[in-house]
Amino acid sequence: MIDTPRREVAASGTTGRSLIIQLAAILLALAAFAIWVATANLSSTERATLNSSALLAYTGEHLALTFVSIIIVLTITIPLGILLTRRPFVRASGTILAIANFGQAAPIIGLVVLLAFWLGFTFWTAVVALVAYAALPVLRNTMIGIQSVDAQLVEAGRGMGMSATSVLLRVELPLAVPVMLSGIRTALVLVVGSATLATFIGAGGLGLLITTGVNLFLPSVLVSGALLVALLALFIDWLGRVFEHYARPKGL
Amino acid sequence: MSATNTTQSNDQASRTILLDKVTKHYPGQLKPAVDGLMLEIPAGKIVMLVGPSGCGKTTTLKMINRLIEPTSGRIMLGDEDVTDLDGDKLRRRMGYVIQAGGLFPHMTVAANIAIVPKMLGWSKDAISKRIDELLDLVSLDPALYRDRYPKELSGGQQQRVGVARALAAEPPVLLMDEPFGAVDPITRQRLQDELIRIQEEVQKTIVFVTHDFDEAVKLGDLIVIFGEDGQIVQYDSPERILAQPANDFVADFIGAGAGLKQLTLARVRDVQLADPVTASPGEKGADVLARVQQTNHDYVVITDGRGRPISWLSRRQLSRLDTIDKSKNPDLPLVAEGSTLNDALDAMLASRLGAALVTNRSKALVGMITFDIVMKSINQLRADVQTADDESPVGTNTGSPEVSEVPND
Repeated sequence: MIDTPRREVAASGTTGRSLIIQLAAILLALAAFAIWVATANLSSTERATLNSSALLAYTGEHLALTFVSIIIVLTITIPLGILLTRRPFVRASGTILAIANFGQAAPIIGLVVLLAFWLGFTFWTAVVALVAYAALPVLRNTMIGIQSVDAQLVEAGRGMGMSATSVLLRVELPLAVPVMLSGIRTALVLVVGSATLATFIGAGGLGLLITTGVNLFLPSVLVSGALLVALLALFIDWLGRVFEHYARPKGL
Repeated sequence: MSATNTTQSNDQASRTILLDKVTKHYPGQLKPAVDGLMLEIPAGKIVMLVGPSGCGKTTTLKMINRLIEPTSGRIMLGDEDVTDLDGDKLRRRMGYVIQAGGLFPHMTVAANIAIVPKMLGWSKDAISKRIDELLDLVSLDPALYRDRYPKELSGGQQQRVGVARALAAEPPVLLMDEPFGAVDPITRQRLQDELIRIQEEVQKTIVFVTHDFDEAVKLGDLIVIFGEDGQIVQYDSPERILAQPANDFVADFIGAGAGLKQLTLARVRDVQLADPVTASPGEKGADVLARVQQTNHDYVVITDGRGRPISWLSRRQLSRLDTIDKSKNPDLPLVAEGSTLNDALDAMLASRLGAALVTNRSKALVGMITFDIVMKSINQLRADVQTADDESPVGTNTGSPEVSEVPND
């Protein structure tokens, strides 16, 4: 046979290595931070703020904000994104995208504070602001992922007698998964970073370290907070990349 | 009508397709894309739809499986009116092949082929058996290819899997929408030959859209030529279209070299071949030369123990040989029995002898083909077309009732 098959050794080797490097760097930074906290010459206020049980509690709050927001984002935007690619609703996609765009373009700090006056200074207010902020990447990537599936494949599916729903579930969505996942990862990282601002309305999280550091002029607390938020964001990004790596449909 | 494959059960046997005054009017367009089309596609034949872009050939094809719903008219599959059948169910009974195969990249070859049988509720074992059968049919080793993903296949292999997938549930009808448009010319030719071979085996009713007239001539039992405005200009066998184009449009569409294209219609096995003088290695040169002179030939073909030609010697070369040796000439002009006269002519032109040797499947010599023989068969072909009184199926565009008559030319 002249037309020889192309057996591609996927570039997964390099992705695998970069995943390991990312995790190692995060763990290393965390270890360095732990050693510094244990050995540095800290004042009693600093020590009280940076004790491990307090840090764990802030991190827990931060993660709760992040995951609750993301889950709400996914349950709203993925079905919405799918709907907006179906023929009867395509016309609405411009409007909806504009609204989602507004959510992201508005400064999150303003959004959080304004919403707080309306909805109260609570955890759920922060969640609402974060959802508004993170909806766009997931919505847009869901739509792009589905729209970029080769129209020929959709037609092949219909031509074989698959129903429109079956083509969506078995062809369009699986093929859109990589693009959708990268949108979800972007949203996650955005939310982890922005959840820092929840502290302004008393909704907790690692942002508390930063505000404390600023208010009491304790640079070590301020830097610790910033570092922990950054490491958490990198770790969440790492988790997302691992998931993307394994959830990507084979054969792509 | 043609003989259908009677050994198969009713739904699997190929069926005649009849488009009865089918019209497609797209909203917002002044003229219908397809207007009052009457087209009969005989069971078990390959019918090619050709024409310039936008002539309605693809619309016509897609109305057969109702990917495009006709605005009016009826579509019959055998005796069954399928116009109002559920579209998805109808499509499961019609194979559909598109450009580049249209394989789903996230499914293995086996999973791609299994789609329609699964929807029809076949058992796992039956599906698995069918996948092996089909991969064999399209000349791909099941053990090697079953579990590959489409990107691990070449373009030609993907297209073969596409054909296998379309044949999976033994549909009576196969619809092909420019399937070989995206592959290189060499692969395309091989896929075309493969399709001819597969069709000999499966005998489906095949409707094939192409914009390549040469492809239409090569594959088609019948060709529908569409004009620019979606009208059928001519519906006939390739022989007759080449010999008697209905009008200037068809003549233009055929392009230059209609005579040469006719050569692609006749196969070497169909013509009366000449008998060359043969000899075997070990014979005396002088003896063989005497035989050649006696029969008034200029050349002798040396064949090995199994009748396979190894060299082709002139009188001059013979006179210089004491005994004939076993040396093999790798550049012999050889053509297979199944080759077209066009291929044979090509081989002849490449050889300095103005003739080519014809071999059978086991590469043994069966005869010789010369320019004279090709000329004679062309003349014969023309004469046949003139006298042929072969009934053509219906294919017109008027909505008037008298179209059911057989057009005579």
